[in-house]
Amino acid sequence: MTEIELFRNSAPIDPQLHVWGWEIPVYLFLGGLTAGLMILTALAGRGLPRESQSRAMRLLPFAAPILLSLGMGALFLDLEYKLHVFRFYTAMRPTSPMSWGSWILLLIYPATILLGLARLSDGEMAALPRTGRFRGRLAAIVSRLRDIATSRAPQLERANVILGIALGGYTGILLGTLGARALWSTVILGPLFLVSGVSTGAAFMMLFRLGHEEHAMLRRWDTGAIGLEIVLLAMFFVELAANGGQKGQAAVDLFFGGSYTGPFWVLVVISGLIVPLAIELAETQKGWRPAIVAPVLLLVGGLALRWILVLAGQASI
Amino acid sequence: MLFKNYRTRYAMVMDTRRCVGCQTCVLACKAENGVPVNGYRDWIVTETKGEFPHLSMEIRSERCMHCTNAPCVTNCPTGASHFAKGGTVQIDRALCTGCKACVAACPYGARYVHPDGYVDKCSFCMHRVTKGASTACVEGCPTKALAFGDLNDPSSDVARLLHSRTSKLLSPEEGTEPNLYFLV
Ligand code: SF4
Ligand code: SF4
Repeated sequence: MTEIELFRNSAPIDPQLHVWGWEIPVYLFLGGLTAGLMILTALAGRGLPRESQSRAMRLLPFAAPILLSLGMGALFLDLEYKLHVFRFYTAMRPTSPMSWGSWILLLIYPATILLGLARLSDGEMAALPRTGRFRGRLAAIVSRLRDIATSRAPQLERANVILGIALGGYTGILLGTLGARALWSTVILGPLFLVSGVSTGAAFMMLFRLGHEEHAMLRRWDTGAIGLEIVLLAMFFVELAANGGQKGQAAVDLFFGGSYTGPFWVLVVISGLIVPLAIELAETQKGWRPAIVAPVLLLVGGLALRWILVLAGQASI
Repeated sequence: MLFKNYRTRYAMVMDTRRCVGCQTCVLACKAENGVPVNGYRDWIVTETKGEFPHLSMEIRSERCMHCTNAPCVTNCPTGASHFAKGGTVQIDRALCTGCKACVAACPYGARYVHPDGYVDKCSFCMHRVTKGASTACVEGCPTKALAFGDLNDPSSDVARLLHSRTSKLLSPEEGTEPNLYFLV
């Protein structure tokens, strides 16, 4: 028997780590969603003329900076010293994912907004309000930027894919370098969160009125992403159990009989992955009419995955 | 890692056989460093092993280990947590955002969030050490269970104690290379 008595009582640490509440999982979810959206909007519209894309597809790049801003808002709420938020941008620390992540976040705004501008139709441009000096100027700037973006569309698409991969991977690596927590100390979190981000990105896009072909293509990609995510989740547990020693095994046990078993299997695996995968397959193969059920389940599952991993990671020693 | 070669290598040695768990070190530190209610920079742990009646108890006074490979430093996005004089790990309050990455990264639970928003922990009393004094906990300990000094100086208390007694580190498998040694 070994009994440890600790004469210390600090809410964020004792009896278990609890430094992060809802803000971080929400941020990781929205960050992953943004990453998926960047990769998919860039790839789906690649090389296509504007007219052949649905309006929703063309406008979706603009959703990325909005979702990311919401995520960064959640991140901001988590800071204990909010006035010092600018300190992220007075340093570049290569060993800290949080540091290079904050720099990547800055690059995402121009990349996504320019991609969206490149896809605006002439009609949408003509509809920009131009009355008054200020609006007139703004419209002139927008149309100038659109010209630049249009001439550089291939580079912009590539930039969106690369930044999307960096952002999606970073949301996982962020936890992965906190080696003191057994559940998080694996490199698989990077690819897992990236693939899950792609899948939730596709789900988000499928909530809009896309063209039939576009929807079918996203669904195909999403089916692949879900399959890959299931494989990565399995690898995640196998790796933890194999290389994590006693602490790793204890972390795995949280999901196989431990306190996170129910929420994880129900919300993440069954209703978040397997059911939507089955629905998507039926939609593709049996010609079921695409419904919003699968995308909604995927989004809920993606959020649950991060929420549970952030909480369970803090509970693992 | 980042800056490994210090001419001075500050370390602390804690004698688990002398410690009676009286908490004087905790109080001395609170008074010296103005540690707020619910905050702490050092704390007492008792570890009981065996089956009754064959029990053995170890009492430890723990604090930040000023790790040579400090994950709190590598994970800090702003450079607020940094290596400083004598290889110690210090926090620059003006740079700290309170993101708590360091709290999650530290395997020893050495850090707490100060009510003013920054993260705080043991500083090895550098403000005293630079003036030639020892740390508040070392000076307060009534059983002389604590020693502080320069490991690279063979005549220092810490070097001599480590030379003459058996010692251990906590969670060496984390690879943090802590600089708080426990005499067993
Ligand atoms: S004990 Fe924790 S806070 Fe102190 S240096 Fe090591 S990792 Fe950092
Ligand atoms: S809470 Fe402060 S010291 Fe800790 S990692 Fe964040 S910025 Fe660095």
